[in-house]
Amino acid sequence: MSAVLFGSGQLDAAALWALFLHFMLLSVLAVGGAITTTPEMSRWLVGERGWLSDAQFTTSVALAQAAPGPNVLFVAVIGWNLAGLLGVAVTMVGSLLPSTVLALLASRWGTQHRQRRVVRAFKAGMAPLTIGFLLATGWVLADPLRGYAATPVLVAIAAAFMLWTRASPLWPILLGAVVGAAGWME
Amino acid sequence: MSGLTTEPLEPPCRPASAVEILRVFTALALQGFGGVLPVAQRILVERRRWLTSTEFVEMLALAQVLPGPNIVNLALMFGDRHFGVRGALAAMSGLLGVPLVIVVLMAALYSQLASLPAVAGALRGMGAVSAGLVVGTALKLAPSLRGNPLGRTPAAMMLIGAALAVGWLRVPLVWVVLGLGAVSMAIAAWRLPR
Repeated sequence: MSAVLFGSGQLDAAALWALFLHFMLLSVLAVGGAITTTPEMSRWLVGERGWLSDAQFTTSVALAQAAPGPNVLFVAVIGWNLAGLLGVAVTMVGSLLPSTVLALLASRWGTQHRQRRVVRAFKAGMAPLTIGFLLATGWVLADPLRGYAATPVLVAIAAAFMLWTRASPLWPILLGAVVGAAGWME
Repeated sequence: MSGLTTEPLEPPCRPASAVEILRVFTALALQGFGGVLPVAQRILVERRRWLTSTEFVEMLALAQVLPGPNIVNLALMFGDRHFGVRGALAAMSGLLGVPLVIVVLMAALYSQLASLPAVAGALRGMGAVSAGLVVGTALKLAPSLRGNPLGRTPAAMMLIGAALAVGWLRVPLVWVVLGLGAVSMAIAAWRLPR
């Protein structure tokens, strides 16, 4: 039971506090999503503290990809591997609290001042970049898979599905899983 | 008063309660593998019609430039707009609650799952599909730029410039926002109706 709550117990209260503060700091720096902080997270957890092995870190990120939900949940898997459920609470609250407060404050300020020129210029000026960043995300996701013949086909099918149907994206995801599990992405 | 004419049309529908937000965000999170954003666009804009395409892009714009997961920021803003902090927490809990339980159970029961050859293969296939879904979402949202005060050509140039800078050249997002973004906002400020 205590293994579930606290993991292997290698982290004492001071270590958990350091973990919490470090994840809060990373949260504030995570422009572009939590995944952008993985290099720094790995440097600190694996290199500096030695609390996780390199392989543990990589499998934590990979495991979260196999589960539904936002990609930020890889942080929970890392927390679990560090200190059980307590670790999950520490890493998740640490990495979401600062960004949550900021998002709410910024959004409310923007709504209150929506007639201001600066707010309207932000919305209009950032809109094309926002869509450009989405294209870039697709690019970055597909890049490591460039070597597989099935990749361009799956990318094209998924994009067409999104554009021309209104069905759940779960269907093309299922197709991708079947194609990959069948060994066509080796 | 001319500012009113550039306001997008109000979305036709709105969530009835914070509980409905919780339910819908739980459902959409559970359909999101390798990224929830395409599902969020599908459900919030196309199915529920709680947001117009333009509003979705505007909310996402702020969600992207702020630190933190884009989809979580977007959920918080959406919930807050309708039911204040209660709505924000409902949206965030929906997005993270059940998926968190699932991922922790997976980690507890079998942390090596993702390294099984068949699962690793499936993850690669799913990865390619999630890339395509995001691209499709971008293409679907692009027509919402039609009414943008920037004008057609500058907007298209900004879109392509941002995609190349982040996707191809791998420039950190912050620098693209401070560089290209500043230029784009300056042009928008200059062209906006007084």
